[in-house]
Parts: sequence; C-alpha cells; structure tokens
Amino acid sequence: MGLEAKLTQDGFLTTKIDALLAWSRKSSVWPMPMGISCCAIEMMAVGGPKYDIARFGSEVMRFTPRQCDLMIVAGTVTYKMSHVVKKIYDQMPDPKWVIAMGACTSSGGMYRSYPVVQGIDQFLPVDIYLAGCPPRPDNLLNALIQIQEKIGRTKGRDFQNKPLSELNVIQNN
Amino acid sequence: MKEIILNQLNASLPNIQVETSEFKDELTIQVQKKDIVEVCKVLKNDSELKFIHCIDVTAIDWARRKDRFTVVYHLFSLKNKFQLVVKADVDESDCNIDTVSSVWRSANWHEREVYDMYGITFNFHPDLRRMYMPEEFEYHPLRKDFPVLGIPGSLPLPKK
Amino acid sequence: MEIADRDEVHPKIIEALLKTDAGLSSDDALENEMILNMGPQHPATHGVLRLVLRLDGETVIACVPELGYLHRGYEKMAENMSYYEFIPHTDRLDYLAPLCNNVAWVLAVEKLAGIQAPPRAQYIRMLISELSRIASHLIAVGSMAMDVGALTVFLWTIREREKILDIWDIICGARFTNSYTRIGGVANDMQPEAKAKVQWFINQFDENLEECEKLLNANRIFIDRLEGVGVISGEDALDLGLTGPSLRGSGVDYDIRRYQPYLFYNEMDFKIPTYTEGDCLARYFVRIDEMRESAKIVKQILDKIPQGDVQANQPKKVLPKKHEVYSKMEELIHDFMIVNFGINPPDGEVYHAVENPKGELGFYFVSKGEGHPWKCKIRSPSFNNLQSVPHLVKGYMVSDVVAIIGSIDPVMGEADK
Ligand code: SF4
Repeated sequence: MGLEAKLTQDGFLTTKIDALLAWSRKSSVWPMPMGISCCAIEMMAVGGPKYDIARFGSEVMRFTPRQCDLMIVAGTVTYKMSHVVKKIYDQMPDPKWVIAMGACTSSGGMYRSYPVVQGIDQFLPVDIYLAGCPPRPDNLLNALIQIQEKIGRTKGRDFQNKPLSELNVIQNN
Repeated sequence: MKEIILNQLNASLPNIQVETSEFKDELTIQVQKKDIVEVCKVLKNDSELKFIHCIDVTAIDWARRKDRFTVVYHLFSLKNKFQLVVKADVDESDCNIDTVSSVWRSANWHEREVYDMYGITFNFHPDLRRMYMPEEFEYHPLRKDFPVLGIPGSLPLPKK
Repeated sequence: MEIADRDEVHPKIIEALLKTDAGLSSDDALENEMILNMGPQHPATHGVLRLVLRLDGETVIACVPELGYLHRGYEKMAENMSYYEFIPHTDRLDYLAPLCNNVAWVLAVEKLAGIQAPPRAQYIRMLISELSRIASHLIAVGSMAMDVGALTVFLWTIREREKILDIWDIICGARFTNSYTRIGGVANDMQPEAKAKVQWFINQFDENLEECEKLLNANRIFIDRLEGVGVISGEDALDLGLTGPSLRGSGVDYDIRRYQPYLFYNEMDFKIPTYTEGDCLARYFVRIDEMRESAKIVKQILDKIPQGDVQANQPKKVLPKKHEVYSKMEELIHDFMIVNFGINPPDGEVYHAVENPKGELGFYFVSKGEGHPWKCKIRSPSFNNLQSVPHLVKGYMVSDVVAIIGSIDPVMGEADK
C-alpha cells in the first residue's frame, strides 16, 4: 500500500473500511495445516528455513481450527478421514478458504481405489486446486499469493450471514 | 536347516502332516489348519529353532480353488538367521483358523488385518475388530470378487 | 486433545479399551476414569494416527490405537497393475524416505524374476538408501524434539534435509517423490555433479549434526522428558514385532543389513548402534548414531563406486533406453511388450525385506506368471511398531504419550497402506 510514503506527505490517509479490512485480512492469513500424508512433508518444508512461509505473513500455523482462516488440505483424503476433515472445516470461523494441495485432494490423484475420495470438492468448497504430486513448495507459496489476491477483492457485505461457499467473490468485482 | 526343522517338528508332534517346498532359497512348510498353533509353538520355543520373530501374517485368495484361502506366516529365527514360511489352507465354507497371537503378540494386528481384508475369522482372538475399514463396512476388499473401485455407496461421505 | 463423547468413539473401541486389563487400580473407577480421544488430527500423532486413551487422573491405563484413516488400498491396486507401474506408488509408502522404498520394491521384484543389476547400479542404490536414511532420521529427531518443546532443532534438521533433497534434484530431477529405481537398475546414471554434491554434503554433515546434538544432549528439559519414559525390554520388543531403531534401542542388534545382507552391505564397514535402556532417549541416541554410520557408509561408497552400466542387459525384462526405443525395431517391441504386458516373472512366491529407516520393510509376492502380481503384501515397519504403543504408554502420563509416539516415529502412509 505504500503507507509510509503517503503518511509522510499529508499526514493522513483516506480509504474504505472494506479495503482496509480486506488488506489486513489478506496480509495475515493463518493456515490450518491439515497434514494427512506425503504432501504434509512438503508443507513442512514450506515452513522450514529454505522456503520460509513467514515472508508472506502466514508462518502462524495453528493446529486448532478455531484460530485459522485458511485450510490447507495436504494429503490423500479417504472416506474414513473425510468426516474428520469436514468436522474440522466446520469448526473454523467464517470467513474461511480452502487450498486443495496435491493431486490426491484435487481429484483422487493416482489412487483410483475403493477407500479414496475422488476429489475433496465432493464435500468441501475448494478455492484453489494445486497441481503436483506433491506440489513443490514454491507452488504452495504461489497458491498462497493467489488466495491473498482473492481475499484482497472481498468486501464486507460479502460475508453477511451467508456461508462463503455461496458467494462468488471474483464475479462481484 | 530344512532337516533340522522337520526333525524337531516330528520329534515334538509325531502325528502331523507337513509338506515342504522350496523356491528361490525360501523354505515353505504347509501344515493343516488344525495343527497351526501347535506347530507355531514348537517353532518358537524349540531351543534349536527359536523362530521368535513373526514377520508377517497374511492370506492369499486363490479365487477358484477348492480351498479358497491360504493363510501365510513369515517367521524369522535370529539365532539361525533363517527365514521360514508356514502355510495353512482355509476353505470358504469354514472360513476360520485358530489365532497364533498367543504365541507371538505381534500376530495380533496382522490377524486383524487379514480379517478385515479377507474375512477370515481367527478363533480365540483377543480383539478381533476391523483394522482399516470403518466398522460398518460390509465387504472384504482384498477378496478377488471385490472391485478396485469399490462398491458405490458402501462408504458414506459427509454432507456438503 | 478433547474429551471424547461416547457417540463419536465407536462402541467397539470402547469395549476393547475397557476389556484390556489395566493392571492398575483406582479406588473409585467411576470418579477417576476418563476416556480421551487423541487424533486423528493432532500435531503430535505424525499424521492421522488416532489413539483412544483411558485415563486415571493423568496416568494412562489403557490405550487403543485406531488406524485406517490413510488406508489407500495399495495391496488391491498392486494386484491390478504391473510391477513397473507400482514403483511410483512405493514413494508414497514411507514418504520420509521414498528412495528406500523404491529400492526395496525393485529388489523384491528382481529376486522373483531372477534379474541381477550391474554393480554400479547397486552402489547407487546403496548410496541413495543411506542418504534417505539420514533424511528420514533428521525429520524423526527434529519432530520428536519439537513434540517435547524444542522447536529450533526442527528448523535446523529441516535445513540439513533440504540439502539432501537438493541432491535428489540433481540425481533424478525430483526433490521428494523420486521413483528413481527401475527393475534391473536405476533410471539414469549419476552425474559427476551429483557425486561432488554428495561429497560436499557428507563433509559438512558431521559438524552440523553435532550442532543439533549440542542443543539437545545437554538440555535438561529434553533429557527429563525422555529418560525412563516408554521403557520396553528387548524380549517384549521382539515379541511385539518392533524393528529398526526402536528395537535396537532395546538392546537387540537385529538389522537386516547384517542378518540377511543385500546389495553390497557385507562389504561395507559399519557398526549397528544399540542401546540397552529401551526408553525414548535410547531410541533417540540410536537414530543419531545411525546417521553417523550412514554417513560413514556413504563415504565408503563414494570411494568404491565403480564405473559401468546402470541397467542390466536383459531385454525381455528391463526397459530399454529411450534413444534406442526411438531408433531400433527390437527395442521398440520390447518396450511395447514390457509397458503393456509387464515382465511376467515365473510362478512362485518370494518375500524380500530391506532395512528401512523405520525398520523392516518387506514385500511378499505371489506370482502366477502374469504381468501383475496375484498378491502383493507390504510388510510395513510402522504398522508393527505402532502395535507396541499400548504397551509403551501404559502407566505413563498423558504428556509422555507425545514423546513416545515421537520416539517410535511412525509414518502413517505405510502403517495404513
Ligand atoms: S498428491 Fe501425491 S504427494 Fe500429495 S498426498 Fe497425494 S500422493 Fe502424496
């Protein structure tokens, strides 16, 4: 936003509440690392020193859903696990976003077999599908940036008493 | 090693039938289903054999054979550095076999897995529940008549 | 962690929980006992393990692990695909050390089909197994330290691990799920840059490992939380099917690299570290020592590795090189046959095991002479190691459960298959 530059010029700043809210929301996305299998290891690498998710304001990985607004589903979701994932998603406060990390969560991936859910969009609203098996850490960071862009376009009225899944945020703009 | 195993088995249990076969240096002995616990006890406790490490218990589904299933036990003797395979046939109409979890405690979960995947019941098992699939699931996935993609609707999904 | 309400824990689990003879008594069972659900989404359960604990105050008196949240139907899928097709799936078994699983799979298939890989390929396989072992133990040590409250170690071990992943990037072009081995050899030869990078890594590794160790070995909190916790005797450990570092922490020196040597391990000079205490701390020390030994093996391999081919010359069983497929008739036909119909090993059954970072990983095949196995059983170490959890946690505090799980280092990908 270039806050400092503006403030030194006039000493004040005009903006919309909407824009301010969206800006603060997008700059501190707290992910809920739903690490289920192999992709979770790459998600750990993103938190590690080489890729360092802290550069994007999201290093606060909380393992309790109640403090998070972005769920990264990393790993194969089986039918048995799907109920747990759904329950955790329901516990997250609105507004919330979901990244389906990896081929497994997006479409079942290489597991065309009886226990694996063929894509978590069958029971969760997904915002970003992330390709790769596993996606490289840079790719996950890219997804995070895209989610931030998406959050940056939200307005306060988007969240009025409606679950986010019913909103089409991008088209509202 | 083969002679020692057969000698010790015959000495302790004179009236059992044992067939042996070999493939790629692996010795397999086939015993009758009713003798399995006795045989395993000898294999584990005999001071010359000492098969104290039960690597694995699994089953094979032969689909169209008369004795449809074979239960396979992989054993290892640290003393002799020798690996042995023990097998027992189980028929579908009488789909059960005695548990060996009293001999090796590690067999407990392996047998639960076999029960889950093949539907073979292990008599006197301390805790025979499904290992992987949900308790409500009705089928046994590794049987040959179960499709890879599963049976639609047999596993519920949460509501959207 | 949350207090389970009875609707959610399946009645059969409760039954199993109450059935287990606790061996400890409380004065008034109704007042003191509680059933606690831990997992499947819990940071300390290393994935999706679920434990249902029966507590008396803060002491665990019984525990029932519940698996299957990551059951992906590997064995069923293996029955429906050729031996080559399954190689990428083995990456996802023990996903902390994918290359070890690749090696285990191809060794088992080679035993069944009677193929002998050339020496250079075997040395490369050994090299990648040992480096994977280091990578896996780094995570094990780091996450165990994180579980008991030392976050810095985790970041440092991840840093070391990233260096190994960079080596994979150079060797085979993928940093994590590698699928590098092939039946009868490895996919491509190791480049000189890769060798130089391995050399560089090994030279600086000891020093960096020592740094990590310094953070822990004199750390009062770390020692206090692990020493004397989760004790298991060697006899019990074998009886419960423990293998790998967890078994060697109890004084049994069972290591397949010694007991049934494969590849060229009988020519290598290394020790099998064992500790007799059998507690979490011993298991931690075994891992640290094993990393040192692995580094030693890698150094020897770098000295000894011969030049030569990396794929066996058996056209009917081993995939031909790509440029030959494009230019020669014969190779094109073989490629077509192998890809479409598989390698058709003879009738028979084999079991082949290797020493993985977590323990004994074995594959058992029943072949009927077709391109795909009639049955494939994966004997996974984590599955067996987890079986000892009820025994290990009994009588300890709830907070120790976390340390105990960390110390046996399960990977749910292979435990659930
Ligand atoms: S997408 Fe690939 S790496 Fe990720 S969980 Fe699925 S199999 Fe594992």
